[in-house]
Amino acid sequence: MANKNPSTSISPRAPEPPALSESAAGLLRELVAHLRQNRTQLREEWARRITRAELLTAMTEEEIFAEATAVYDNYVEALETGTFEALQAYSRRLSERIIPRGVETDEVVGIVLLLRDVLARSLFTKYQDNVDKLNRILDSYEPAANRIANTVAVGFVEERERIIRQQQEAIRELSTPVLQVRERLLILPIIGVMDPQRARQLTEQLLRAIRANRAKVVVIDVTGVAAMDSGVANHLVQTVEASRLLGATCIVTGLSPEIAQTLVTIGVDLSEMATVGDLQGGIEEAERLLADRSVLPAPREPGTDTSR
Amino acid sequence: MEVPILRQGQYLIASIQSALTDADLSHLREALIAQVGRSRCRGVIVDVTALDVMDSFAVRTLRDIAHMARLRGAETVIVGIQPDVAFAMVQLGLTLKGVATVLDLEEGLAFLNRRDEERLLETRPKRFGDRG
Amino acid sequence: MAGFSSGEQTVIAAAISEIARNILMYAKQGEVFLSLATNGDRQGVVVVAKDQGPGIADLERAMQYGYSTSHGVGAGLPGAKRLMDEFEVDTVVGQGTTITMKKWRRVI
Repeated sequence: MANKNPSTSISPRAPEPPALSESAAGLLRELVAHLRQNRTQLREEWARRITRAELLTAMTEEEIFAEATAVYDNYVEALETGTFEALQAYSRRLSERIIPRGVETDEVVGIVLLLRDVLARSLFTKYQDNVDKLNRILDSYEPAANRIANTVAVGFVEERERIIRQQQEAIRELSTPVLQVRERLLILPIIGVMDPQRARQLTEQLLRAIRANRAKVVVIDVTGVAAMDSGVANHLVQTVEASRLLGATCIVTGLSPEIAQTLVTIGVDLSEMATVGDLQGGIEEAERLLADRSVLPAPREPGTDTSR
Repeated sequence: MEVPILRQGQYLIASIQSALTDADLSHLREALIAQVGRSRCRGVIVDVTALDVMDSFAVRTLRDIAHMARLRGAETVIVGIQPDVAFAMVQLGLTLKGVATVLDLEEGLAFLNRRDEERLLETRPKRFGDRG
Repeated sequence: MAGFSSGEQTVIAAAISEIARNILMYAKQGEVFLSLATNGDRQGVVVVAKDQGPGIADLERAMQYGYSTSHGVGAGLPGAKRLMDEFEVDTVVGQGTTITMKKWRRVI
């Protein structure tokens, strides 16, 4: 599915599955009527098979039965109308409820396949004396049933992905702490993989911290950065420039030989950036800068820091 | 909207209160440069705390003010650039190179005081900042 | 606005300011339209700036950073392009220019 946004993925005016011939529509109606008539029994059978297969173990039997009922009704409705919005919305809500409880993708796929089996078996039983009709009924049933299984599974996976993205976001926030070492001195240790979004977030956080702490010097330590491409390197340069606009001098430490080599090779201009080999050296340099300006609230060199 | 220019000792302080048109900015530049000469002041502070957007014209005007004031014998410092504004500026390539920038008015005054002291101590000719 | 962080909003505002200035400088008048858009799991803002000005004769040069036929600092169009995720210029000499630019953010 190219379009992942749940609110737009299947619009009410989406093309319907291929139009059924008159008799096929009749068969589908017959099928739906059968499922409605045997709702109680089939639903119970399904819930039993879920428990027996040890699926949804995180849920109580009552909960399983309640969800099974809702899925069953949505299932029949989707079969009848050929539209999947209600089922899709329901599976999204279901996923929201059960993912935090540790329900896994295979369980969700498992239960929809079980329902498919339970219903197919009831059809076998009902039409066992008329194989020809059974086949025609299955012709109507199978494509719709597959699409239903698909809808529920995809809904679940999408919800999981959304949660994972949310967690990644939270980890990002946590993984870029701006630390105040002493008055007017901040340290920003950057660890892990840098991507444009993280780089942007990091800069926004740093700039706010500079303002909040009235920092004059920032040591940006990139020892923990595995690799740096030109995009991230340019971003680093921008961060240094933006910090200067707020009156803070940046010292970059911990550029590995590999990264240094890459940056020079790809032609990133780091000439205006103060760099010191390691974090300790960077902090010493920062202390020196701050001491130089100890007389007054430490104004910085005007504009041209290249003189250093 | 006209920007009020206050005189504080040897310094002029222009405090931008709200978004400015290009004409307002040009007017500010002219007014400041005229006053620098008239009052023989040693420093200029332009406070941009109230600006939540700065485009190329605004940045160029600030840079021009700094360079012109320097030619008239006064040091300029821009104060109060907001974090978000600073980030947008550098993404636009507007880094105000060669122009002093500090956090706020208090830092700006301290910066100018310090420059004055240095000027008194130093005998060597004043070095011009790089053009940006 | 549309869930953008204040930093991103500032960036969008700066980009709009640059293209609006571009219109004022060359076409004297024009219009800027803002709308919201969705693309998969991304949401974004679409800015369309239209003028019936002279058009841009040498688009390639106009998009070079630091180039300007007027008295700007040359941030203009290339500056706005840097700030946005998508940037398109549709220009006909003597008829006018339409600039479409987009900024996306991922919906979580």
